[in-house]
Amino acid sequence: MAGILVFAELQGGAFATGSLGLLEEAERLGQALGEPVHALVCGDVDGSQAAALGRHGATVVHVAAGGGYGLAQPIVDAVATLQAAESFRYLLFGASIAASDAAAGAAVRLDAGLVIDAVELAADGGELVTRRAGLGDSVLAHCAFTTPVGVVVVRANAFAAAEDRSGPDAELRTFAPEFRTFSTAARISGHEEAEQSGVDIGEADVLVGGGRGLGKAENFALCEALAAALGGAVAATRAVVDAGWYPYSSQVGQTGKMVSPRCYIAVGISGAIQHKVGMQSSGLIVAINKDANAPIFDFADFGVVGDLHAIVPKLTELVKARG
Amino acid sequence: MKIAICVKEVPDPTAEKRIDPGTNRLVRTGENTLNPYDRHAIEEAVRIKESGVETEISIVLVGPASAARTVDKALAQGGDRSVHLADDGLADSDILATSRALAALLERDAYDLVLFGQQASDAECYVMAAAVAERLDRPCVSQAASLTLDGSTLRVKRQVETGYDTVEMPLPAVVSVSDAINEPRYPSLPAIMGAKRKPHEVLSLADAGIDPDTVGGAGSRTTVRGLSKPAGRGASVRIEDDGTAAEKILAFLVENKVVV
Repeated sequence: MAGILVFAELQGGAFATGSLGLLEEAERLGQALGEPVHALVCGDVDGSQAAALGRHGATVVHVAAGGGYGLAQPIVDAVATLQAAESFRYLLFGASIAASDAAAGAAVRLDAGLVIDAVELAADGGELVTRRAGLGDSVLAHCAFTTPVGVVVVRANAFAAAEDRSGPDAELRTFAPEFRTFSTAARISGHEEAEQSGVDIGEADVLVGGGRGLGKAENFALCEALAAALGGAVAATRAVVDAGWYPYSSQVGQTGKMVSPRCYIAVGISGAIQHKVGMQSSGLIVAINKDANAPIFDFADFGVVGDLHAIVPKLTELVKARG
Repeated sequence: MKIAICVKEVPDPTAEKRIDPGTNRLVRTGENTLNPYDRHAIEEAVRIKESGVETEISIVLVGPASAARTVDKALAQGGDRSVHLADDGLADSDILATSRALAALLERDAYDLVLFGQQASDAECYVMAAAVAERLDRPCVSQAASLTLDGSTLRVKRQVETGYDTVEMPLPAVVSVSDAINEPRYPSLPAIMGAKRKPHEVLSLADAGIDPDTVGGAGSRTTVRGLSKPAGRGASVRIEDDGTAAEKILAFLVENKVVV
């Protein structure tokens, strides 16, 4: 068993930035373990686009021919076919809907160990020991594999991709997966873009989150204006989604999405544990809330006790004025 | 139509969750309950039944004998019968080992549809449906926001990163449902009282024909070497707005290169 394989996921024709960050983390891990890093791309991809994964640390990019990779099971077939030829030691996936399930399916197919929700990948005594966050991120479990092959799903955006990275093109190799009948029995028959915003909040660099403190649905316009000025997206708490103020697709938290943007601006959010677990790994947390006792202030890097209705529009204008 | 719902017993959300430093395992001796996400899967099965499709709903659980109360909670929610694999040899199972035990139970009956909740509320595992489907050679889709049955075709709508997909698949199939799919009803008193009288099948590993070496710690493919505290967030600033908060936030964003 040798080498690390990273699933480089195509979303809407481009690589998910989480996949690029994961590749770069895999490169660091590979250097520590003395293992080369390869990438797997499933589906139609431009040759130069795939080769450019070399910049992010892949020496070889395997391109799986065929389609249907919007679902997890054809990806499992691709991984299994490739693994039969390459015998990678570790297989790394980012936590998207399809990739998480593909990782689980692949672990079963290969009888390999599986660790999900990984936040750190450490080389320890010549092997990968994954840090998996648990109990509302209050503890890190150090998980090792008892099998020769290990599969890891890392938390969405756990590793940021560096900008302007340079490096040689990766070598491209195309292969034809052996698809199983049950793996291709399901098919995507329709697709509609997410309501309100086509932005995937799991991938956004800056998130402006709105909570019950906004007072009413219409006040989400304050968050939208600030997010637009910052080039980011809008997130919401479960409470306001349940109240019908904002779409479910924007929900962050225990029952919504886990996000770790570079910056999260919490507007009128109390910071209850259900929301906290979804965003506490953000790079920077700014909180605006009129309640000085709100728990959000316990883990915000920059907290403002004040009236969001006065502060947010003014901040939006200041950001716009700079751009 | 035979529907199986794989449910899990989890620590009660009001109880403080902790890990035993000796075993690195979640302490499960406190108050336990039905994984709240599983209620959406049961509710969805009940709705299929209520739509006029003749349906038998089986509750399937892997867990200690003490989880019998959780089985009854699930039955009260809408199950017709239960299959409970209760064996001390299951302790310490990881995702791979648990999926093996569940798949072995599911293979005992010809289920048309196997449903899961979107995740477990204790370890936040959200991939069990995919792992079990792989063992059963069944098509699978996770995080279903709606389910429609059309003869032997299942139509699922679900949220993905780029919007909403509609996925069609033939039965038999494995599906995990999101907590947005429905609002589970509260069980009636007669349903709660009646749960105990429904057919309960309690099996040991031997009864289910499961090799003890393939489940529990022996069948697991991962091990927890130790625990550590995550790094704190470091210094933080907190101010009261004196009319200049917007300027101060901007300065903070510029300093940290969020705004250039």
